[in-house]
Amino acid sequence: MELAKSMMIILLTGILTDNFVLSKFLGICPFLGVSKTTSGSLGMGCAVTAVMVIATAVTWPLYYFFLVPMGLSYLNTILFIMIIAVLVQLIEMVLKKYIPALYKTLGVYLPLITTNCAVLGVTILNLDNGYNFLESIVCALGGGIGFMVAMLIFSGVRGRLERCNVPSAFAGMPITLVAASIVSLSFVGFGGLVDGIFGIA
Amino acid sequence: MSYMKEFTKGLIKENPTLVSLLGMCPTLAITTMAFNAIGMGAAATFVLVCSNVVISLLKNIIPKSVRLPCYIVVIAGFVTLVQLLLQAFLPPVYDALGIYLPLITVNCIILGRAEMFASKNNVGASALDGLGMGIGFTLALFVIGSIREILGSGTWFAGTDFAITVCPDFMQPMTLFVLPAGGFFVLGIVIALVNKISHRKPPEATGCAACPNRESCISVEAAAAVPAEKAVIKANVEKPVEKTAEKVAEKAVDNSTEKTVEKVAEKVAEKTEKKEENN
Repeated sequence: MELAKSMMIILLTGILTDNFVLSKFLGICPFLGVSKTTSGSLGMGCAVTAVMVIATAVTWPLYYFFLVPMGLSYLNTILFIMIIAVLVQLIEMVLKKYIPALYKTLGVYLPLITTNCAVLGVTILNLDNGYNFLESIVCALGGGIGFMVAMLIFSGVRGRLERCNVPSAFAGMPITLVAASIVSLSFVGFGGLVDGIFGIA
Repeated sequence: MSYMKEFTKGLIKENPTLVSLLGMCPTLAITTMAFNAIGMGAAATFVLVCSNVVISLLKNIIPKSVRLPCYIVVIAGFVTLVQLLLQAFLPPVYDALGIYLPLITVNCIILGRAEMFASKNNVGASALDGLGMGIGFTLALFVIGSIREILGSGTWFAGTDFAITVCPDFMQPMTLFVLPAGGFFVLGIVIALVNKISHRKPPEATGCAACPNRESCISVEAAAAVPAEKAVIKANVEKPVEKTAEKVAEKAVDNSTEKTVEKVAEKVAEKTEKKEENN
């Protein structure tokens, strides 16, 4: 019970209060770049969530069972980015070979993920927070779902934005950023929500 | 003469943050204080210059097909160097930048300059290009950081020896500007101001002009646009009475956007076909 509770806290924190995109600013490029349509956002969100969880599952044991005993923990950035790059390639190849249907829907998003700071961010964040293996996985899952939620909400906002007549200086990125600011403001309202639910003083 | 140009173009004319719209994550995240902004800018500039020089030296050795992973490894090496240096000599900056310091690795400004410039030009030009872009990035961060700190906390350069309390007593600092929402807002306004002053044509779509991921982004948009269009058509068929006036306006918009989307989709399809043929 205690375990389930602490997992729920990490999960909900990742999705709502400490949303990866809207309050930690991780993965802003895809958030602004591919959020124009709902289906695009959903696909990107799924792909990012999957890669985040898999990357965490691989990097956590490597860090604690390989880098730390060898005294090489300062090499984590290089090792992690290499692992993520290899993983993304591997996932792409496996999907292409064995699950072509899934590859067709998610394949286009995979090249964008290697340089997505949310993926590298979550692996490093897990180390900074000193999470154990299970907590790290849940944190990655929460972060991924949070990313997807933010993308989905924002794709709806942008659908409206596309049909608006915006002053020419604001057209394109500036008005998108201002809209993102308002969406981000709405997530401020979730502050304290997790503490409230689980009765943390 | 031309070397001077490589240096100055990054400062304002091709400013990586405000004009090319690259490297948004650190721009938004660490600009709550002017001092952090300068720390981040300096760290990124160092990595940018070093990686540009090394990649320019290695440009004939790195095979084309694996160039991006190679660039990332070079960049990650220098990021680790900066991390260790800051941890040893400037621990306050190291603590302030936190997780965003290792994330310089995936900053698209650095990867973008490696791909667009350093892999095509000689060492001197690449170093100057990196320096100019880095200083341009620092300038942009500094401007945004100053606005956010002055409006949000009422101070300037807080945490350093020459901290100034800017806000007079009659004005409360607006905490909103230090919150994430304020970051998005100030960046949007600053980019709009730059657009206004330079009378630049607004960038098509969301800019990202120099992003190495641009083609992937476009292919995602093109792939996603097809089902979305179908859904729009379906919705229109199902509710024909509801939006008659809106429809006219929609059509006008749709005609232009649809065409570009179709064009992009065609281009992408052509490219993939070519690739497959090559394979």
